[in-house]
Amino acid sequence: MVNSVASLNRLRGRWSLPALVVLVALVGAFVVWTRQGDDPAPVSTRDAVIDVPESPDSDRTVQIDTTLYLPERTPAPAVLLPHGFGGSKASVAAQATELAQRGFVVLAYSARGFGRSTGQIALNSLDHEVRDAQKLLDWLATREEVVTDGGGDPKVGVTGGSYGGALALSLAGVDPRVDTIAPVITWNDLGQALLPNSASTDDVAGATPSPGAFADDGVFKRSWAGIFFSAGLSGADTANPGQEASEPGQDDDAGSNLDSAATAATTPPQQQGDDPRPAGPVNGACGRFQADVCAAYTEVATTGKAGPETLEILRRASPSAVTDKITQPTLLVQGEQDTLFGLDQADANAREIAANNAKVKVVWYSGGHDGGSPGPELRGQIADWMAFHLEGKGADPGTTFEYTVVGAFRSSGAPSLRNVVAPSYPGLDGSTGAERRDIGLSGREQVVVNPAGGNPAAVSSLPGLGSALTRSSSLASRLSLDLPGQAAVFQSEPQTAQTLLTGASTVKLRVAPVPGQAVPPEGAVLFVKLYDADGSGVRTLPGSAVAPVRVALPADGTPVDVTVTLPGAVRPVEADHRLQLVVSTTDMAYANAEEPAAYRISLASPALSVPVVAGVNATSEVPTEALWGIAIVLAVCVITGVVAWFRRRLTADVDPDLEAVPLVIEGLTKSYPGGLTAVKDLSFRVEHGQVLGLLGPNGAGKTTTLRMLMGLIRPSDGGIRVFGHRVSPGAPVLSRIGSFVEGSGFLPHLSGAENLRLYWAATGRPPEQAHMEEALEIAGLGNAVQRRVRTYSQGMRQRLAIAQAMLGLPDLLVLDEPTNGLDPPQIHQMREVLRRYAAAGRTVLVSSHLLAEVEQTCSHVVVMHKGKLVAAGPVDEIATGGGEASFRVDRPDEAATVLRSLSGVHDVHVDGEQVHASLNGTPRASALQALVAAGVAVDQAGPRWRLEDAFLELVGGE
Amino acid sequence: MSENGVHTDPAAISDLTDAAAAEHSSVAPDGSKVGYRAGRTLPVRVELMRQLRRRRTQLVLGFLVLLPVILVVAFELGQASPNRRAGGFVDLATASGVNFVILTLFVSGSFLLPMIVALFFGDTIASEASWSSLKYLLAAPIPRHRLLRRKALASGLMSVFALALLPAVALGVGVVWYGAGEAVSPTGEAASFGAGVYGVALAVVYISIHLFWVAGLALYLSVSTDAPLGAVGGAVLASIVSQILDQITALEGLRDYLPTHYALAWADLLSSDVDWSQMAKGTFSALAFGSFFTLLAARKFARKDITS
Repeated sequence: MVNSVASLNRLRGRWSLPALVVLVALVGAFVVWTRQGDDPAPVSTRDAVIDVPESPDSDRTVQIDTTLYLPERTPAPAVLLPHGFGGSKASVAAQATELAQRGFVVLAYSARGFGRSTGQIALNSLDHEVRDAQKLLDWLATREEVVTDGGGDPKVGVTGGSYGGALALSLAGVDPRVDTIAPVITWNDLGQALLPNSASTDDVAGATPSPGAFADDGVFKRSWAGIFFSAGLSGADTANPGQEASEPGQDDDAGSNLDSAATAATTPPQQQGDDPRPAGPVNGACGRFQADVCAAYTEVATTGKAGPETLEILRRASPSAVTDKITQPTLLVQGEQDTLFGLDQADANAREIAANNAKVKVVWYSGGHDGGSPGPELRGQIADWMAFHLEGKGADPGTTFEYTVVGAFRSSGAPSLRNVVAPSYPGLDGSTGAERRDIGLSGREQVVVNPAGGNPAAVSSLPGLGSALTRSSSLASRLSLDLPGQAAVFQSEPQTAQTLLTGASTVKLRVAPVPGQAVPPEGAVLFVKLYDADGSGVRTLPGSAVAPVRVALPADGTPVDVTVTLPGAVRPVEADHRLQLVVSTTDMAYANAEEPAAYRISLASPALSVPVVAGVNATSEVPTEALWGIAIVLAVCVITGVVAWFRRRLTADVDPDLEAVPLVIEGLTKSYPGGLTAVKDLSFRVEHGQVLGLLGPNGAGKTTTLRMLMGLIRPSDGGIRVFGHRVSPGAPVLSRIGSFVEGSGFLPHLSGAENLRLYWAATGRPPEQAHMEEALEIAGLGNAVQRRVRTYSQGMRQRLAIAQAMLGLPDLLVLDEPTNGLDPPQIHQMREVLRRYAAAGRTVLVSSHLLAEVEQTCSHVVVMHKGKLVAAGPVDEIATGGGEASFRVDRPDEAATVLRSLSGVHDVHVDGEQVHASLNGTPRASALQALVAAGVAVDQAGPRWRLEDAFLELVGGE
Repeated sequence: MSENGVHTDPAAISDLTDAAAAEHSSVAPDGSKVGYRAGRTLPVRVELMRQLRRRRTQLVLGFLVLLPVILVVAFELGQASPNRRAGGFVDLATASGVNFVILTLFVSGSFLLPMIVALFFGDTIASEASWSSLKYLLAAPIPRHRLLRRKALASGLMSVFALALLPAVALGVGVVWYGAGEAVSPTGEAASFGAGVYGVALAVVYISIHLFWVAGLALYLSVSTDAPLGAVGGAVLASIVSQILDQITALEGLRDYLPTHYALAWADLLSSDVDWSQMAKGTFSALAFGSFFTLLAARKFARKDITS
């Protein structure tokens, strides 16, 4: 039965792992289920082709290919979603779906000259693309799904990136029906974006953080312009950032949200057929560009200069022509990694729009044309903007200024980002300007040489490739290379504290031709950049951006002082870092000067003016949720501990009447799930000074009873009281019990003496109570007591274990089969020990399956079988069984007759040579005398061994 | 039965019975022998002595001392490029003593350190059960909750000691071989030696907290089985499975729920502008898992029938 109990427990143990697996699976399923619960709302789409006039006064039409995304609930406000350069309506499908899921009717369309729309690209011309968009507004106003402000006036916002963003601005400028706009990474003045000149001889109006110099006669941004133009030719989407920019608190792989949003649309974008071949007329080398645009590009690309016609085309393509009419709330999103449309473009838009008392909010995010499109959080912010300004839903996004600070790499692989929020974009509409700090630069006058043909050229950025390097934007910013002889370097002292550079710094430079050298008629072309150099000399070019300048030099060789506005950037310049200003003659990304030349460069003023916009971190540096989680977990643990402590305190249970009784067992039952009952309704008591034998065959439930006595197993029913105290696991009264149950338990790597010493130390009782010497003498292991227990024989361990049980001279000594494994002399000694120990005022409980063992050792006996009590009482009494006696005689029948005649004697029966009788008080001597008197020869007389009978019967019955 | 000199002197029995007769049993109100106090049972010192004398414990600690030396030998045998200032953790290992410590933590973080914690916590109850000594401790009596708490505390102390020993030895070895120069991070940021040591110390604190989940799971398995190997192996296996699942990027956000997901968040401490969010999430994750399993272990152990 012991084995079956053990196997049952193993079975239960075996279930715990599957149970754990099931638990884990359930948790996983719950997580998946809860995540599926917030499935995005369904979005349906309608494709339509809308005809628009080819030009304002033309009767020819251009077909605009559109897709209308309808939210779950209509009518709803509309969002017009133009695409980026080189893209089509398919390239904004994901964002359109996302906005439709937010509850807007979204109209995505391919601009003329792109995708399946016909017509020719006129670069967001006010006469062409902007009028197309107005026609789309007319069309939206007729749709019943769209909320209108009045007849022909839909409630509509416009958002779009790059080319689409410029359209949003221009459309808002010409059409008051537009209610709000959110242009993203776009331009203010295309002429300045493609032909920038950052040098001005006057002071720059520096109220805003990132103003551009916007001087005339700029340096052609050759690489980007080429990429732009070829995107128009081929329809390839190379001009737009491919990946999303990282956002604060975002994992390295969270960028796939937009893809999943795209697949959630009922019409997947790929099914809309994004035919790479231009559908419209192909105009030779000009592709789908309008002829005048093509001619303008050809002029700039070949000469590096823009003539008046080209400038006019660029002006018509620029929102700056109409920004003075924009009064709608405007959210300007610009990228910090953008060498095409820098922060100065957004700055100009912000200034011009705010001048109309319009509501302007500016956001600088970590991406851009070199860094990636807006991530999910920023797209959500744009949607929030639309929701507030079209429907009045949600919190007012306000007119705060937000920018992202890119820090070092993190364990997740992406660089760390934090968003900083300032109360407003400084310097708008007469407000207080951005704070500017002067940082001293030093460096003597240096001569820089422009190589003939402008080759080799310094490297600052890799236009078009930048988005491929999004994930390692700081890597991209380290690609920069200056060529010796072509660059003048001015450097600051190491910073004493961090300076968070926010916007465009300015510096005054003095440029002079080298005497005797020819002065180029088109002026000196120089590229100015500001590096952040750390303590070990590693330089980082924030935003990979350079400021190209063209300085007209007088022929007489007099120096010219110019104020150079550096590219807008956000860069925390750490303590111990230096700022390094480099003036170079060449740059790969620009049309360099062809003529060989040499210039003397020096600082006109040693002060570098650095803008700083104070704000608070929007990304909670303190991860509140996690901290709350930690607090909750700790609180739960503390509460659990306190509750468990109180429950333990309430379990004490004492019966004062039984305080003198070593052991009382009442109705003790132990049954296991599955119906197995190891001990059933067992009751007996052990009095002081007894040596009680618990007798029963193997599997009778003896060991289970003793384990319950030690608090190792919980009874199913009934209870055990030791000296009046109910036994529960760890009950203090157990300290009065010394036990040896089912084998020894020692640490094999320690010696016998160490084991006993550490065991006693573990009980926490004073060492002098242990009586270690006496106990070790009982074990009698001699010198072996210093050997490791793993070298001991079974008998030695047994003796050591009994010695351990005797440590502290327990009031109740419980020994389970103590003589197993001992040889006969040792068994004899053991009996002696137990008898004398009880005689010394202690109580001993011994279990055994051997009758002789119990007979010879014990004063009292409890017989168990199959978990039940069979008999209990003094050994003698049980053995003599109420005065029953046996006589071995020569004439049994005669003896029986004699015995029956004695008064009180009854129940006489013959069993072979033996006669058994219940004497019932009659002394055995009297009966014997009567038998002898009757002439019966008595061979043997004694008590009848009922104990043995009973026991054999039980064992036989197994 | 050939036990030389193993016998009980008859005089010993007299000694014992005399002592028993002489000593009057005095009993405290709670039924215990005077001198017994539940709050004094199993002092941590005793439990540490029981565990530290085990060959297994000594081997583990010895190996932790040896590992940095093995790494140094490996670097010396391999192509030497001293004092590199760029590259990943491994390339930077020889830049300074602190970098060497970072490498040591990095290479041992995924398997060795969880295994050590699993060993100390998984073995603690299960090995007592396998020696059959558990029942005698419980019958002493050491209350079950206290036994579990004290053993967990001793295992925790040994784990923290082991977790601190490795970087401490690595720092010593690293300073001897590679000098007390500036610590260079993979992003090129340089920190002074003092700041680097401080960062590493915080990293050890984080790793110790983060491995709490392994400790809790190993403790739960330890009270669930009598086989020490099963408990230790189960916890290590769980750690490996979690790391494998963490490699599957298709699981996306679900990976945040994996207990090992934030195992390397301590690397954030190496930069000058420390981002605590990952570490805070990692701490929360470890505490949540660890507490769950620890409470489960306490519940199971308090109700368990001890049959070993």
